[in-house]
Amino acid sequence: MTTTDRPVEDIDQVVIRFAGDSGDGMQLTGDRFTSVSAAFGNDLATLPDYPAEIRAPAGTLAGVSAFQIRISDHDILTPGDNPNVLVAMNPAALKANIADLPKAGTVILNSDAFDERAYAKASLTADPRIDGTLDGYHVYEVPMTSLTLKACEPTGAKPRDAERSKNFFALGLISWMYTRPTESTLEWINKRFGSRPMVAEANRRSFLAGYNFGETAELFDHAYEVQPAHLPPGTYTNISGNTALAWGMIAAGQLANLPVFLGSYPITPASDILHELSKHKNFGVRTLQAEDEIAGINAALGAAFAGQLAFTTTSGPGIDLKAETVGLAVSLELPLVIIDIQRGGPSTGLPTKTEQADLLHAMYGRHGECPVPIVAARTAPHCFDAVIEGCRIALKYRTPVFVLSDGYLANGAEPWRLPKVEDLPDLSVPFADGPNHTMPDGAEVFWPYERDPQTLARPWAVPGTPGLEHRIGGIEKADGSGNISYDPMNHEHMVRLRAAKVAGIAKDIPPTDVDDPFLGPDGASTAEILVIGWGSTWGAITAASRVLRARGRKVATAHLVHLNPFPSDLGAVVGRYPQVLVPEMNLGQLSRLLRAEFLVDAQSYSKVQGLPFTAGELEVAIDAALSVGDAR
Amino acid sequence: MTDTTVPITQKKDWSTDQEVRWCPGCGDYSILTAVQMLLPDLGVRRENTVFVSGIGCSSRFPYYMNTYGVHSIHGRAPAIATGIAVARPDLDVWVITGDGDGLSIGGNHFIHALRRNVNLTILLFNNQIYGLTKGQYSPTSEVGKVTKSTPFGSVDTPFNPISLALGAEATFVARTHDLDRKHMMETIRRAHEHRGAAFVEIYQNCNVFNDGAFEEILGKEVRGSMLIPLVDGQPIRFGDRGVVMQPDGRLRICAVDEVGEDALLVHDEKREPAGLAFQLSRLASGPHEPTPVGVFRAVERPTYDEMVQGQLLSAQERQGPGELTALLASGGTWEVE
Repeated sequence: MTTTDRPVEDIDQVVIRFAGDSGDGMQLTGDRFTSVSAAFGNDLATLPDYPAEIRAPAGTLAGVSAFQIRISDHDILTPGDNPNVLVAMNPAALKANIADLPKAGTVILNSDAFDERAYAKASLTADPRIDGTLDGYHVYEVPMTSLTLKACEPTGAKPRDAERSKNFFALGLISWMYTRPTESTLEWINKRFGSRPMVAEANRRSFLAGYNFGETAELFDHAYEVQPAHLPPGTYTNISGNTALAWGMIAAGQLANLPVFLGSYPITPASDILHELSKHKNFGVRTLQAEDEIAGINAALGAAFAGQLAFTTTSGPGIDLKAETVGLAVSLELPLVIIDIQRGGPSTGLPTKTEQADLLHAMYGRHGECPVPIVAARTAPHCFDAVIEGCRIALKYRTPVFVLSDGYLANGAEPWRLPKVEDLPDLSVPFADGPNHTMPDGAEVFWPYERDPQTLARPWAVPGTPGLEHRIGGIEKADGSGNISYDPMNHEHMVRLRAAKVAGIAKDIPPTDVDDPFLGPDGASTAEILVIGWGSTWGAITAASRVLRARGRKVATAHLVHLNPFPSDLGAVVGRYPQVLVPEMNLGQLSRLLRAEFLVDAQSYSKVQGLPFTAGELEVAIDAALSVGDAR
Repeated sequence: MTDTTVPITQKKDWSTDQEVRWCPGCGDYSILTAVQMLLPDLGVRRENTVFVSGIGCSSRFPYYMNTYGVHSIHGRAPAIATGIAVARPDLDVWVITGDGDGLSIGGNHFIHALRRNVNLTILLFNNQIYGLTKGQYSPTSEVGKVTKSTPFGSVDTPFNPISLALGAEATFVARTHDLDRKHMMETIRRAHEHRGAAFVEIYQNCNVFNDGAFEEILGKEVRGSMLIPLVDGQPIRFGDRGVVMQPDGRLRICAVDEVGEDALLVHDEKREPAGLAFQLSRLASGPHEPTPVGVFRAVERPTYDEMVQGQLLSAQERQGPGELTALLASGGTWEVE
């Protein structure tokens, strides 16, 4: 279907926010628009934002659920700072979101939802359509509910059921406005609701009614088109961080030639990884939904002892509970990957919102000297690579490893250029298969803590191997033999050995990923500032620095994937610049580590609102830091 | 289970060179000996055997077994053992725990391992005291127990471990004690033969912090009149007394002479409803009344590890082995030239 009677204007990008009640299906609408735009070839980024309550009282501010998507004809890095278009399904959705919409933005309202009762539920004292709230915006009032009901009449669906299709009306309308193809959504409706023909028909009719309303109603004078983006050649899919993580776990099992084992307990926003993995049993993946967080990691540790590639997935509260077992894994020196989808804390905090405040927890959150390597994902697709890298380190060094993601990456989606499977690294490691130590009397024995001199890793001897029977535990053990030892000098030796093993991984990871166009061949830089981050701030930092460079500011950036150990050149990198700024969604955790490690004046720029940084915020923050530098 | 190619072993083959560090006179020694004497008889291989423990005196056990072993952290042994057994159904996995480790800090893992029916043999050494931390009351200590942490007597109602296990849907539940090696070996043998989670409570004397806790029922002179042996298919009797079911459904201990041999309850360990086994577990409120020992319940139910394995195999049959390239493309793809 194409628009014939009204002009189509090419635009290079648009940011649309769908907002409604949490029962209105806004996440589904957003997902669908995302898939169509991805298939169309746009670059895109999404930001779902929904309440922790499954069904907060309908029509209230607490129940507002929103989904923001940015589509573009060029390479973009964030879901957009502010929407250009707000679709508001009720007064509460309008009230909760209108402040983010800059003046001259477009508001599309479901006018049927605007009545006195709805204002009261949304704690509004007046009709926001006439009280000045919407002054300066392009407002389109569309009676979505009644048009949906009308469209669904022939299906025989009861009005209450038919009304639930109004999100498809909205999707149809926006699909027309942005010249999206309709076929794939219609196919998807048939597939998704095939078992309930009446629902499928209602959704189909509502979707087409919305599309046709755009085309025929005299409300909209033209449609827009965002052309496909010029992305590097390849095969693309659209992927969220949690799906990328789950697929990365499966891939790591294949690359290591080991069965995958997940011990996990449901928790927002990590549960989707458990859901996704449990679908793929034909890969030999075992998923155990444990009785609690503690059992999840302990079952995983048992599976690691038994010779499998073991994972546990959780969010912050679960990390609190798992801490003791992480310590046991450090002592047992077994490979184990702990995936933390960070959310707002402390305590229950903001379960559905993002934060990156678990870094120091991952780094230090255990008793005793208990070093654990840390890898962090920077984008949704990068979750796939990050978990494979976490597995590589865990398997090679026989150590637990933290992989950090967050709520923003977990649920946000982006196009991903699929890697070629043959280009992925080989993660296989040998199991111990015989004696590795000669006793003074010449006897050949197996010592579970005899180490590889290069990696300091101990052998991985799995049950079922004759002659390698051994006992390991959390009590300090003698270096080599692994027997219980309370010897003071042995303990100091073992503490230092475990620290040296983790520190030594620095030799085995890439140098710091620095983006500095001002770096000369002599290794000196003329950049005025280094903006360094980790995790999901990558998009916003990179976008902000592009804008500043375009304005002539000399901004270098660096982004860390490895947080423990740091890349070996990191001290030299942060020491190279007159200013170092560290934007983080916490109160300054990486900045603290950098200051402690390198005695550098790393300045923290923090945000803890449960929402990612916008590029605009960072542009202002970097600018402010630069003007301090200018004043010097 | 029996593999004819399994090498013939003796007790010493299952023992390690580690010095056994329990207090002299501890009941744990006799349990260790019973298990080390039993294993050569079970037709299993050392390399396929894994002992997993938590923290506490009993949890040192794996260090003395020449098998694979994990001495883990407090209470978590059933969870770790679950991971091992689910990952590797070919292994013979044992859990060694105590009343504090298994029923207090690890109570949650204990009940869930039982209801899942993971293929584990769980031996719980019950001495009704915390030994390793030097004498605090445990979740099986009697009300009024005076210890370092309860100078005025404990006000906690204790668990009855057999009742707890039965309530947790356990398929095999038994009790034995550290003074009767033959009974111990036979009970543990039965537990090991059972497919699924097998639970054995072993009354064990802590001669340092709770000496004589079981004296009223295990003393040489009283044992015959205080232990009620449960034997499948046999009337439940001990000495000149026996167990009958009253018309109101309650169990009562009475003199056999008074009621006649035929009135005695016949033990049926395979009875599917766990109610009668539960009633038997309630005959004694503590080790000062006539106490049943032996197998309370032994019923068949599919094991968790087998069912997990079954789902993997049927998924592979249905979908074929997983193929990574296909997985990555499964969400729909598009080409950029």
